[in-house]
Amino acid sequence: MAAAVPIVDYLVLGDDPHLVAHECTGCGARFFDRRNACASCSGTEFQDVRIATTGELKAFTIVAFAAPGVPVPFVAGVIDCDGTSVRGNVINVEPDPDHVHLGMKVKLATYVVGTDDEGTEAIGFGFEPIEN
Amino acid sequence: MADDIWILGITMTKFGKHPDKDVVDLGAEAALAALADAGVTMKDMGVLAAGNLMNASAGFGQQLQKQIGQTGIPVYNVANACATGATALRTVIMAVKAGECDMGLAVGVEKLAGAGLLGANGPKSDKKVFEPSGRFGAVTNTDGRIGTNTMPGVFAQVGMEYGHKYGGTSFELFARISEKNHAHSTLNPLAAYTKKMTLEEIMNDIMIAYPNTRPMCSANCDGAAAAVVVSGEKLKTLSLEQQRRAVKVSASVLTSDPWQEACQVLPDVNTLTRMAATQAYEQAGVSPQDLDLVELHDCFATAELVHYDNLMLCEQGGAVDFFNSGAPFRDGSLPVNVSGGLQSKGHPISATGIANIWEICHHLRGEAGDRQIEGAKVGLAHVIGLGSACGVHILEKSALAA
Repeated sequence: MAAAVPIVDYLVLGDDPHLVAHECTGCGARFFDRRNACASCSGTEFQDVRIATTGELKAFTIVAFAAPGVPVPFVAGVIDCDGTSVRGNVINVEPDPDHVHLGMKVKLATYVVGTDDEGTEAIGFGFEPIEN
Repeated sequence: MADDIWILGITMTKFGKHPDKDVVDLGAEAALAALADAGVTMKDMGVLAAGNLMNASAGFGQQLQKQIGQTGIPVYNVANACATGATALRTVIMAVKAGECDMGLAVGVEKLAGAGLLGANGPKSDKKVFEPSGRFGAVTNTDGRIGTNTMPGVFAQVGMEYGHKYGGTSFELFARISEKNHAHSTLNPLAAYTKKMTLEEIMNDIMIAYPNTRPMCSANCDGAAAAVVVSGEKLKTLSLEQQRRAVKVSASVLTSDPWQEACQVLPDVNTLTRMAATQAYEQAGVSPQDLDLVELHDCFATAELVHYDNLMLCEQGGAVDFFNSGAPFRDGSLPVNVSGGLQSKGHPISATGIANIWEICHHLRGEAGDRQIEGAKVGLAHVIGLGSACGVHILEKSALAA
């Protein structure tokens, strides 16, 4: 099996793929990127917390026109994962307004984004509809 | 410290394509016209604030001085995304208000015709060896894989988020907002586009980022705008005609985005706008009901809707009802974007935050011709620069004006 790296460092791979956030120990604000200090309270202590892998789509767009090299159309959105907002694409769904709707329930899914010259796979994530 | 602040002269160039003019030409055209409109010259100016976002490190203000008058005054080259023009104006207002000088000039200019899609990160080819870099430890380009960076896509989500929260939105509703602004633009000879579009034409045009089709996006174009600011005390020494045409700046506010859950996931353009509006109404001592017209930052049809609410033109959650009531149409109870807005008048970034104030002043002075909002006494101009910055100005007609 090929070696694999996550597309971003806040995606944890393995048997149970999930996202982690840096949570400010002072105020509880959550961030996905490397922090110098907390944007909410300026605190500097953070702990990593696991983000729920299911959520509700609270905003989306279907991008039909993007930078060269970005395949279109795709569904970009914001998913409310148990109170934490996550940016991601809605995947494994027809990218049209008949199949994507506000409030739809989704769950984290991973896929291979590409392979580098050493054979390492980059693993991306998105959110796919939870079948009723 | 100056008690009150006035716009003495203000102008905008025709928005559109100006292939024969560079940014300094356009900026100079606006600046000289604003000085002429004010009945003053560069020698009267105590400060210059200038914005040209696409060349933000080029010292545009000094380049402009070389063409219109090098008088040795301080120049502030400002950059604040789409709020750059409002930031230039606000900078001059702060200098005059602080008593450092009694008159100043603010200029914003952009050449964007044919610029295409803003915000797209461009084609970065995948690295040959995956190595984490940047604040998210990304091993490859994430635009399009983890959401979208394109402006039409970001603002589409802003409108959809509002729909999710309060309901009542649809592709057709957003398209009707655009239909309104395109209809308004037919009366504005300085707009980049002055073509009325039917709802069908708008909805069937090229989809950029659902639900925003091409005519529902701000129009990239060339243009400039400039304003001369004067203290109330100085104004009293000028001619009666200058005093009559001067427009009072009842409120001038600039905010940045305070931290909110999700604001680093999808930019929050709501909180800082509501904050700026709240401060502006308080400064001016007016309420939204007192406004005769509003120019707000409709960079996309989806954005206009949320700003009805953010600027408190309607009850919280009531933006859809506000639009459906007909209020923001030019014959409605609170006309919004009678200039045609960014979707039709155009959006030469740094010019926008002064051009929207020109539009309000034009009506308050009773000089807006065919599109005049009769009896306009108070107006509000709003811009958002993503990242974010929000400028809100409230303007009032002079009591001396007829």
